[in-house]
Amino acid sequence: MKGNEAIAESAIRCGCRHYFGYPITPQTEIAAYMAKRMPKIGGTFLQAESEIAAINMVYGCASTGRRAMTSSSSPGISLKAEGISYLAGADLPALIVNVQRGGPGLGGIQPSQSDYFFMTRGPGHGDFHIIVLAPATVQEMADLTRLAFELADKYRMPAMLLADGTMGQMMEPVALPEEQIDPETIPVGKPWATRGTGLKREHNIVNSLYLKPDELEKTNIERFARYERLEKEECRWEEYLMDDAEICVVSVGITARVSKNAIVEARREGIKVGMIRPITLYPFPKAPFAKAAEKVRRFLTVELNMGQMNEDVKLAINCSRPVGMCNRVGGMIPSTDEVLAAIRKEAK
Amino acid sequence: MAIVFQKPKALTDVPLHYCPGCTHGIIHRLVAEAIDELGVEGRTIGIAPVGCSVMAYDYFRCDMIEASHGRAPAVATGVKRSLPDRIVFTYQGDGDLASIGLCETVSTACRGENVTIIFINNAIYGMTGGQMAPTSLVGQVTQTSPYGRDAATQGLPIRICELLASLEAPAFLERVAVNGVANVRKAKKAIFNAFKCQVEGKGFSLVEVVSTCPTNWGLTPQKACEWVNEKMIPFYPLGNYRNKM
Repeated sequence: MKGNEAIAESAIRCGCRHYFGYPITPQTEIAAYMAKRMPKIGGTFLQAESEIAAINMVYGCASTGRRAMTSSSSPGISLKAEGISYLAGADLPALIVNVQRGGPGLGGIQPSQSDYFFMTRGPGHGDFHIIVLAPATVQEMADLTRLAFELADKYRMPAMLLADGTMGQMMEPVALPEEQIDPETIPVGKPWATRGTGLKREHNIVNSLYLKPDELEKTNIERFARYERLEKEECRWEEYLMDDAEICVVSVGITARVSKNAIVEARREGIKVGMIRPITLYPFPKAPFAKAAEKVRRFLTVELNMGQMNEDVKLAINCSRPVGMCNRVGGMIPSTDEVLAAIRKEAK
Repeated sequence: MAIVFQKPKALTDVPLHYCPGCTHGIIHRLVAEAIDELGVEGRTIGIAPVGCSVMAYDYFRCDMIEASHGRAPAVATGVKRSLPDRIVFTYQGDGDLASIGLCETVSTACRGENVTIIFINNAIYGMTGGQMAPTSLVGQVTQTSPYGRDAATQGLPIRICELLASLEAPAFLERVAVNGVANVRKAKKAIFNAFKCQVEGKGFSLVEVVSTCPTNWGLTPQKACEWVNEKMIPFYPLGNYRNKM
C-alpha cells in the first residue's frame, strides 16, 4: 500500500466519514482513495473550491462532533493556517495531513521537511499548538493516523500528520487494524457539539471570539494547561542503538531511514552511534535528549531543511553538547554515504 | 387575555448590541420567526460571520457556530454534510459574503448545497467603522472612498442575486428590503420561503436583504430608510430571482 493510501484507509477505520480536500501534489492519492471509498460507505468526499474552504468544511463538520479530516501539501497548508487557528481557538478536534514538499513559495514537488517550524510552533495566528506526528514507515502512516484522531479528541485540539513526500509515495506492507470504529459513536460524549438543541438544552456555541481581555486570557491559559499535560503524557519517540552511543543522530521520516543505514555502516567501522527518532514533534520529546546528553558527546540532526529540528534539540539539551547538522533541501535527500560521512566527521 | 404579539422563541433574551436605527434587529426577528413557524429550532444550526453580526451566536437560541471571515458557507457545508437532516443557515454581511467570501458563496451556491444564506447588504463595512464594501454605490462616500466610490479606480458594485441567478443550481434567490412595513412583510415571506425551501430539501437558498447603516452612512434612521428607496433599490432591484419551490 502507498503511504498516502494507508492514511486514508486508516482514517476510515477510525470512524472518519468526512473528508474535504483540494488537489495538490504529492498527497493527491489520499483524495483519490477517499473519492472511491466514501460514497460506498455512506461517507462524504468533497472536493472543495479551495484549501481555505476545505479546512472550514472540516471546522463545520468537527463542530458537530464528528471525525473530519483534510490533507494537503506545504503551500496548501499555508492557506489552511487561518482555519487551523480557528480550530485551535474553538478547541475543535480534527485531522490535517501535511505531506511536505519543498518551498518556499511554489517550491517544488519533491520531498521536504521544511514545514517543521511552521507546524510545531502553531500554524496560524495567535498562541496555540497542534499535535504534530511524524511517521517514518507506511505502517506508521496508518498507526499515527489513529493516534492523531485519538489525541485530537482527548485534548480537544487539531492534530497533524506531518510526513515528507517520500512517505506519501512509498509502498510497503501494512497491517491495518481489524477493528472498525462506528462513526456514530464518535460524537457521543461531546456535550459541546453543535448538533441541534433538540429543545432539550441551552444552545451550544462553537466560537473563538472573546472581546473581554480577561476572558480571552483565561482561554489561553486553560489551553496551555492542556498543552502542559500533553507534553507530560504524550511524547513518543524511538531509540536505536542508544545504549552505548557516543554520537546521537536525530532524524524523522525518510531521513531517519537513511540514517539507520548509515548508523549500521558506522557501527561496522567501530563508531558508537545511535539515533533518537522523535515521533511526536509537538510535543517534542525532551526527556530522551536530556538523558542522552548525560553520556553522548555530540548530536547530529539529519533533516530535509536548513536546520529546524536542530534548534529543538539544542533547546532540549540546553546547548550542553554540540549539535551538528547533515541536511539537504529543495527535494534533495542525503544518501547513506553523505550521512555516514557526517557521522565520521562527528566521531573525529 | 390572548397574546397577539410576542418575541420569537428562537431569539434569546440577550440585548442586541446593534446601533440605534440599524435593521439587523428586524432581520434577526424575521429569521427567528421563520424558525419558529417551521418548528425547526431544535434541529437548526446557525453560522455567524465576521462583521457587525459576529455576535449573532448570542442572539439565536439554536446551536451556533462562529466562522472566520467569509467562510460561513464552507462551515455550513461541513455541518450539513455531517447532519443532512438539520436546518443550517448562515447570516452574513456584504464584506463577508461578497468580498472576502465570494468564492465560498458562489461555490456553495453552485453545488446546490441545501443550506440557507441570509445576506445583509448595507453597502458598507459597519463593524470596522464604515469602509467601502463590494456593494457600495458609485459615488458613495466611505472611510476608504473619501471622495466617493470612483468607478474608474474602485470598480462597480456587485449584484449578488443576479450573479447567483446565472448559476443553475440555486433553488431560491430573492432580494428584499426592510425600510418600511410593506417591505418588511415581503422580507418575512422571502426568509420563510428560503428556510422552507431547505426544509423541503430543494437546495441552496439565499435572501439578500437591502439594509441600512445609519451610523456609517451618517444619516438618521429615517433618512437612511429613505436613502434605501432613493439610491439602493434603483441599483439593487427587489424581487425574486429564482424560485424552484
